Amino acid sequence: MSDLVSQLKERFGDGIVDVNAETIDDWIEVTPDVLLDVCEFLAGDSAIKLDMLNCITAVDYLHTDPKKAAKADFDPHMQVVYHLSSIEHKHTLVLKVKVDRWKNGEEGSLPEVPSVAGIWRTADWHEREVYDLSGVLFTDHPNMKRILCPDDWVGYPLRKDYEMPLEYHGIRGR
Amino acid sequence: MSTKVDDPRVIEFDVRTDEMLINMGPQHPSTHGVLRLILRTDGEIVSEVEPHLGYLHRCAEKIGENLTPRQWVPYTDRMDYLAGMNMNLGWALVVEKLLEHDLPEKARHLRVVISEMGRIASHLVGMGAYGLDLGTFSPFLYAFREREKILDLFEKACGARLTYSYLTPGGATGDLPPGWVDECRDFLAQFKPCIPEFHELLTNNQIFISRTAGIGVMSAATAINYGCTGPVLRGSGVPYDLRFNGEERYTEMYEGYQFDVIVQDPETGKYPDPHLKEFGDDLDYPEIPKEAILGDCWHRFYVRMLEVVQAIRLVEQALDKYESASGDWGQPIKLTQKLPKGEAYLETEAPRGQMGFYLVSTGDSIPWRVRARSSCFCNLSVTSELCRGTLLADVPAIVGSLDVVMGEIDR
Repeated sequence: MSDLVSQLKERFGDGIVDVNAETIDDWIEVTPDVLLDVCEFLAGDSAIKLDMLNCITAVDYLHTDPKKAAKADFDPHMQVVYHLSSIEHKHTLVLKVKVDRWKNGEEGSLPEVPSVAGIWRTADWHEREVYDLSGVLFTDHPNMKRILCPDDWVGYPLRKDYEMPLEYHGIRGR
Repeated sequence: MSTKVDDPRVIEFDVRTDEMLINMGPQHPSTHGVLRLILRTDGEIVSEVEPHLGYLHRCAEKIGENLTPRQWVPYTDRMDYLAGMNMNLGWALVVEKLLEHDLPEKARHLRVVISEMGRIASHLVGMGAYGLDLGTFSPFLYAFREREKILDLFEKACGARLTYSYLTPGGATGDLPPGWVDECRDFLAQFKPCIPEFHELLTNNQIFISRTAGIGVMSAATAINYGCTGPVLRGSGVPYDLRFNGEERYTEMYEGYQFDVIVQDPETGKYPDPHLKEFGDDLDYPEIPKEAILGDCWHRFYVRMLEVVQAIRLVEQALDKYESASGDWGQPIKLTQKLPKGEAYLETEAPRGQMGFYLVSTGDSIPWRVRARSSCFCNLSVTSELCRGTLLADVPAIVGSLDVVMGEIDR
């Protein structure tokens, strides 16, 4: 882990924002700008060779209750988490990217993260799912549209401030 | 399979054909649930397949943000409803990983018994349903006859036949009832001679071989790139099984057990010795037909069949260990147990592939975020790649060989 971190820091400098080696699963946080290069390096380097992307998750950090928000130890933000593993070397890595909940703070414009579907095809559907449920736009994705919800669904259900629509094509929502 | 102009099966080469969009599903019986495929065809040849999902989406992840981990266990049952026990196990392990909770010896062996029995039941459905996909009904009945007995055993252990919620964070909801172990042994003894029957019905069947061998060939690189796991990955010749290669918290469950990873040896072209002779039958395992290519539908099916045998071996060992182990079955954690701040991710080897759960907690008893990484979701995404250029009739054969369960894909 420490070897890998120093290698990454040497290569990407300020792109590596944070490293946490004390938690249950160690993770590395990178900026969205370098994400694609970091992933290409991790997947391509023969000693690291993280050739399998297990999972992409978006975690919405936001307290909707103002009382709780005042006490919270985080600013509202969105985290995209990549779980990677290597079939050959049998090791795993967690990569994180932090973005604003809304691009430039404008409600309704989705935050953007570069798509890694060109490196791991798994990302194709996983990114569509994250877009569908959490509202993160993956730039340069081959087919960025909803996957689980219908195409005309409004809102992103896994965001903490999501409200179920009152009706959908005449079906009562709540 | 690519189609050549002189292929006698394609009679339309002399006939002018037009491109046509065909809708398959979402109620098509061969799609293992409500999967909808849009096929772009030219005559009999499929040029593009687009799966449409979400018909069974039940917002499991959103519900998980509003319930405590133990309350969420029943929702994991309903993901892969053919292997509910294995889904419970995946979730239980990830909660224990976050809590750093260790299990008594006996609970560990109980989990091996239960999850491997779940694997047998699930692969039996996989086998029977695959027969249905290819148009033969009888293997389905043979498979369900045996599966029914496993469900009876599960019913005795926890009261439910499909949605068990038996394995739970901390251990299991209760111990196995008295006499269960002997009943399980009786079942295994009578189940073993049935396996050659299955092989005669499907694996060795010439029609079955013609429908599956050489169809939907997937290279190891494609399988890894698409995130395919489980029998689909091993059917392409990649020796990767989380029971060996997974995280310690999971592999320690299988410590001291003798079993093989089912994958074709690249040098000899053989699968590990399946120990069928041990089962008191003169029948040896069927030879790999010469039409079969590594990574095709036949190999994926065959890997599943051999895994059933490995599962039997594991259950037999686990029953012995369970009887002699110390401790109890593992008391479940409190319903409103406070979770420490942090996050944990763990994947387990479910029958259909690697089932991962991701749990983020901010220090409450209710998780901040739960995520289920579905194996079938990734396995299904490779369909469009495999179906390109195949015959229309091969599409159900390919989708069936991936053995997907829509409940797990849509969650």
